[in-house]
Amino acid sequence: MVNRIVVGAHYGLRDWLLQRISAIVMALYSVAFLLCFLPRLPLNFEEWHAWFAHPVGKIATLLFMLSLLLHAWVGVRDIFMDYIKPFGLRFSLQVLVILLLLVYALWAVALLWSI
Amino acid sequence: MKFSIYRYNPEKDDKPYMQDYEVELQHGDRMLLDAILRIKAMDDSLGLRKSCREGVCGSDGMNINGRNGLACITPLKDLKEPVILRPLPGLPVIRDLIVDMSQFFKQYHSIKPYLVNDNPPPQKERLQSPEDREELNGLYECVLCACCSTSCPSFWWNPDKFVGPAALLQAYRFIADTRDDATSERLDNLEDPYRLFRCHTIMNCADVCPKGLNPTEAIGKIKEQMVKRMV
Repeated sequence: MVNRIVVGAHYGLRDWLLQRISAIVMALYSVAFLLCFLPRLPLNFEEWHAWFAHPVGKIATLLFMLSLLLHAWVGVRDIFMDYIKPFGLRFSLQVLVILLLLVYALWAVALLWSI
Repeated sequence: MKFSIYRYNPEKDDKPYMQDYEVELQHGDRMLLDAILRIKAMDDSLGLRKSCREGVCGSDGMNINGRNGLACITPLKDLKEPVILRPLPGLPVIRDLIVDMSQFFKQYHSIKPYLVNDNPPPQKERLQSPEDREELNGLYECVLCACCSTSCPSFWWNPDKFVGPAALLQAYRFIADTRDDATSERLDNLEDPYRLFRCHTIMNCADVCPKGLNPTEAIGKIKEQMVKRMV
């Protein structure tokens, strides 16, 4: 195969936007979380449990987790694109990270819905 | 005044080394280039590019005390001694302070740095409103000295794929030009995780630009156009 420099995968903008939107979601969740809980500290187990058992808390936390994982994906892939030059190694690492993040996502769902 | 200058002649030297010089400044020596030319008079084996000696041609870009700049418009009085001069980082060294700019210009050419307009030209000229012309200020002044692109880590890691701040500033210069008809093709050409989106907005480019331009802002505006087109 000839060695040509190929560029033009048209997903740059999508991922860039994804990173920004997920950052906003995480920032909103973090601020809301702090505003909700800081004035009521120290919380006991029942109060923590009640927050995560409530559907709003559950879905907000899941949204935060998904944003975190998508944000992490774009960031980690950026690092690989910058520093890992061999194609095979970069591809393998990216697949590994996707699998790992999927495991985290399922794990987060399992945790949240076990409450 | 004391200098320490990067020397490398691939035909003679195994590896690069730093050579110290001490030079007596004469009345009227104000800019770094004046001092370098005194050194060059003492040691004519020192290689560097220069031409207009007033910050217009962009030939004498180099790394001055760890910061990219044009020697001809860098005042000597602001420099800490010994002044350490190195070639622009990230590009292959041809000799001493002379670097191979092929990759830089390849990226510049890849953004089609010329007006694309297939309509028949009017009798006199293609007119722009003063407001539309205003947008080109801060873009057209670039002298392509490569100080910005060679201070950008993203350009160091992917010079073959990332367009780099200098060429992206020029890309926006033509995207912003109301006389240009190829805006969509230009955005298509850049909508790529490598070509445009290697920029992580660290602003080294705006920090070093000897002409005081802001490529980061131009890159932001390209992204803005892309978002506008998509949403």
